[in-house]
Amino acid sequence: MASGMQEKQYTPSLLSFFVYNPTFGPREGEEEKKILFYHPSDVEKNEKIRNVGLCEAIVQFTRTFCPTKPAKSLHTQKNRQFFFEPEDNFWIVMVVRNPMIEKPNKDGKPPTVEYQEEEILDTVYGAVVRECYSMYKLFNGTFGRAMEAGGVELLIQKLEKFFYRYLQTLHLQSCDLLDVFGGISFFPLDKMTYLKIQSFVNRVEESLDLIKYTAFLYNDQLIWSGLEQDDMRILYKYLTTSLFPRHSEPELAGRDSPLRPEVAGNLLHYGRFLTGPTNLKDPEAKFRFPKIFVSTDDGYEELHLIVYKVRQTSVELTRDFCEQLDGLVGPQLTLLASDICEQFTINRRISGPDKEPQFKFIYFNHMNLAEKSTIHMRKTASVCLTSVHPDLMKILGDINCDFARVDEDEEIIVKAMTDYWVVGKKSDQRELYVILNQKNANLIEVNEEVKRLCATQFNNIFFLD
Amino acid sequence: MGEEHYLELCESPVQFEHASNVNNVFFDEANKQVFAVRSGGATGVVVKGPEDKSSVAFRMDDKGEVKCIKFSIGNKILAVQRTSKSVDFINFIPDYPHTEFTQECKTKNASVLGFCWTNWNEIVFITDQGIEFYQVFPDKRSLKLLKSQSINVNWYQYCPETAVILLSTTVQGNILQPFAFRNGTMSKMSKFEIELPVVPKPAKLSLSERDIAMATMEGACKKSHVLKLNTTGKFALNIVDNLVVVHHQSSQTSLIFDIKLKDPDCAVNTHQPVLPARSIHPYRIPLSGVGDRSVKLPPTVNLLQDKGKLMDFLLRRRDCKMVILSVCSQILEGGEKGSLPVVATVFDKLNQVYKEYLEAEQTYTVAMESGPSRGSAAQKRPVRTQAVIDQSDMYTHVLSSFTERKGVSHKFIIAVLMEYIRSLNQFQITVQHYLYELVIKTLVQHNLFYMLHQFLQYHVLSDSKPLACLLLSLESTYPPAHQLSLDMLKRLSTANDEIVEVLLSKQQVLGALRFIRSVGGHDNVSARKFLDAAQQTGDQMLFYTVFRSFQQRNQRLRGSPNFNPGEHCEEHVVHFKQLFGDQALMKPSTV
Repeated sequence: MASGMQEKQYTPSLLSFFVYNPTFGPREGEEEKKILFYHPSDVEKNEKIRNVGLCEAIVQFTRTFCPTKPAKSLHTQKNRQFFFEPEDNFWIVMVVRNPMIEKPNKDGKPPTVEYQEEEILDTVYGAVVRECYSMYKLFNGTFGRAMEAGGVELLIQKLEKFFYRYLQTLHLQSCDLLDVFGGISFFPLDKMTYLKIQSFVNRVEESLDLIKYTAFLYNDQLIWSGLEQDDMRILYKYLTTSLFPRHSEPELAGRDSPLRPEVAGNLLHYGRFLTGPTNLKDPEAKFRFPKIFVSTDDGYEELHLIVYKVRQTSVELTRDFCEQLDGLVGPQLTLLASDICEQFTINRRISGPDKEPQFKFIYFNHMNLAEKSTIHMRKTASVCLTSVHPDLMKILGDINCDFARVDEDEEIIVKAMTDYWVVGKKSDQRELYVILNQKNANLIEVNEEVKRLCATQFNNIFFLD
Repeated sequence: MGEEHYLELCESPVQFEHASNVNNVFFDEANKQVFAVRSGGATGVVVKGPEDKSSVAFRMDDKGEVKCIKFSIGNKILAVQRTSKSVDFINFIPDYPHTEFTQECKTKNASVLGFCWTNWNEIVFITDQGIEFYQVFPDKRSLKLLKSQSINVNWYQYCPETAVILLSTTVQGNILQPFAFRNGTMSKMSKFEIELPVVPKPAKLSLSERDIAMATMEGACKKSHVLKLNTTGKFALNIVDNLVVVHHQSSQTSLIFDIKLKDPDCAVNTHQPVLPARSIHPYRIPLSGVGDRSVKLPPTVNLLQDKGKLMDFLLRRRDCKMVILSVCSQILEGGEKGSLPVVATVFDKLNQVYKEYLEAEQTYTVAMESGPSRGSAAQKRPVRTQAVIDQSDMYTHVLSSFTERKGVSHKFIIAVLMEYIRSLNQFQITVQHYLYELVIKTLVQHNLFYMLHQFLQYHVLSDSKPLACLLLSLESTYPPAHQLSLDMLKRLSTANDEIVEVLLSKQQVLGALRFIRSVGGHDNVSARKFLDAAQQTGDQMLFYTVFRSFQQRNQRLRGSPNFNPGEHCEEHVVHFKQLFGDQALMKPSTV
């Protein structure tokens, strides 16, 4: 066959994304009022109205069967739609085109398109939609808040401003199980260094009143969060997938080691701000920090996000002012960073050299959102690389769906097509997925292997065999 | 506004009739006694000491003006010097002859400068030409010369605690020769020189006894220390509670020096006064008084602004514990901005001393256990001074009340607790459970569960069974506490029974069974406990599984699937038969 006649594979992609509120245009002829945001914006008005109307109808219709749990997704041959109602009557809908294979035909006939309807997972993309909303809320507060402040106009404005940029950063082709978890990677640290960090954070917060909460990260991994878990989860996502990569990509250009070796830098180079002014000495510098919204006992509070970085360590400080902070935090943090860096090197020496990890696994704990993956390479703003085939990732996703269905502890072992074994274990609130590549292994051997992994990696937690 | 005085006389100073032309007053440093001699003793001698017991009153014949009068230790023998050639003795031992007897000094043409009792019956005469060491035989009313030494003496000083006499020799008087006395022996110690600020020409006596003070201080201070007085005039020295107190006569104030307190601004061994000059707490004395001085610690607290230095100062004082604890409370109470670094410094200083004591204690214990045979020097049990402030002191007197105080931000409370735990960890001191409990209590009170979770995740709160149980009790308010607790029990590795109990209470019967099997405890667990739990779930298949599993165990262990009567599983067998029929029971294998 000629080279030009090869099959062409298309990954899932975003077809459309819209936000509507059915109560804003209940009467006929006013349907357009319901639509608060529509991507792509160049779609013809009537088509927008038709699509929104269809979603409304499906949700309404399915509600009759189960009033508490309306439909979450709609599967069609060409695409899949995800419905999410984050606030009363506000709906977010994301339409994803199914992956497809284009098979060229002879004799100049148009190519045959084969849609792979079952390749994408509801859980994964459902999580993506929810995350879109959380991210919006982090920077803008709730929809309701915008409505109170400036009515529909303001809300439309805010949605436009936020999602226009945000949707460009969605990479639907590389979404997987980790998006379902939305976990946080914690940096392993000994007690003493951890206490020193505590002490540092407390001192900073004590001497600078304006600081409300502090989070402490090293190497994209969380060490301390003063924010509540849910807020930290989305902030962590923002920092590690958007803010940090944007700032470190130039530094790390050409490197893509999954272990992210520490950047050799001298300690005299203190920290810098990742949000706000880039150079404090610059008299023209603008002291503006992004606002974020976090939950409190009674509603939400509005804060400023200040990210300050020394080498791989970052501290997020909220609320505004700077030089004082720079003077106080800079030197101390530099010192701490070198302490932690030492630990990091020790950890690495223990875990062995940079070679491929022995086990490919993903671990997640629902209780503290701790996640650990030896499958995923360095996350950048643009891609999230995995070291295994998407088919295997799909199996992981499927197992996760099975786990979600029941409360009990379970274990699932799957033999994949390509000599791989995939093992999923669920114990209490923890999930572990292991991918083994042992050609002629049998079930018993695979089971033994996983036991061995648990004994080495998870011996300090209660994880049932 | 009253000035704060940090020096005071002791509570009951010795009071006596003031000196006059008919009343001579003498003070004996060794016995701390004041002698009031009226009319040469003819109209009475009143002796008063720091305690009432040591007070005596008697009369003696007036044989001339008394120059010096002192009791031997224990008020056994009284020595009176009236001339420059001899000393008279009177027995105060009951049943011994009371007639006076006299001893002239042995050296020809020497005049007696004074004398010192070094024991109840041993006395040293100091003459301008040397010293003579005698033993007194009160029964025979005579003395025997034990030893003597020829040396030119300008003046002398005696330190009763160590029984050392210091002689000033040479023309300028700045070469000092110490002699030590003990049990009838006299030993010459190495002499030393006091540098004179100006060497006079022609040479004349330039150092007087007023310039010297002798005292015993803890630890070895090899080289002398220089005290910066920053003022001129007449001074007197005193040592109180390891502090050098310099009394300045003209300004009537006293300066305190702590020679162990290092001042980074000064060259080594040069000391600035620790506290601003203050006078001794005025005491209304109707007649005349002499008393032991003591350092009052509480007022020092406000005079020393640097809390780290203050701690260094306090930690070396005798009765410091309560003062230190109250200083801690005070720092926390103030809640001033930027007090956390101060809190950290103070905690570190306290824990440093605490750790040293713990280590000494441990070394001692180890030495004791290994038997007294080894190690020639007998180990002394380390003394626990007041400066050792342990976790329970801190908890009882400072932290527990601090955490309950109203109006203190919970952020600050937690920061302080964490700072204390950090400091303990830094000195590798095992943190006591009640501190963790305090942390948890505070966090729970303010709904800071996520913070608690993170602390546990990084093992800041060390694993223990009590802590695991405490976590279990939090489960209803914070469900993840269950997982945290189980993890902790697992890590302890001695809590398998507890884990089983927890799982069974959650009706996770299979989980419990799998767990106990994985740790190899399956053969020893009580079948009844598991069957009870399985029956309670109401899940018939679960009951079947658990029941069969134990039947198999019985078969394996005893060759029969039946339960022993001791296992009390009769009702479960009945229940099983009701549910599944007789034939479902496992039959004894017929192999």
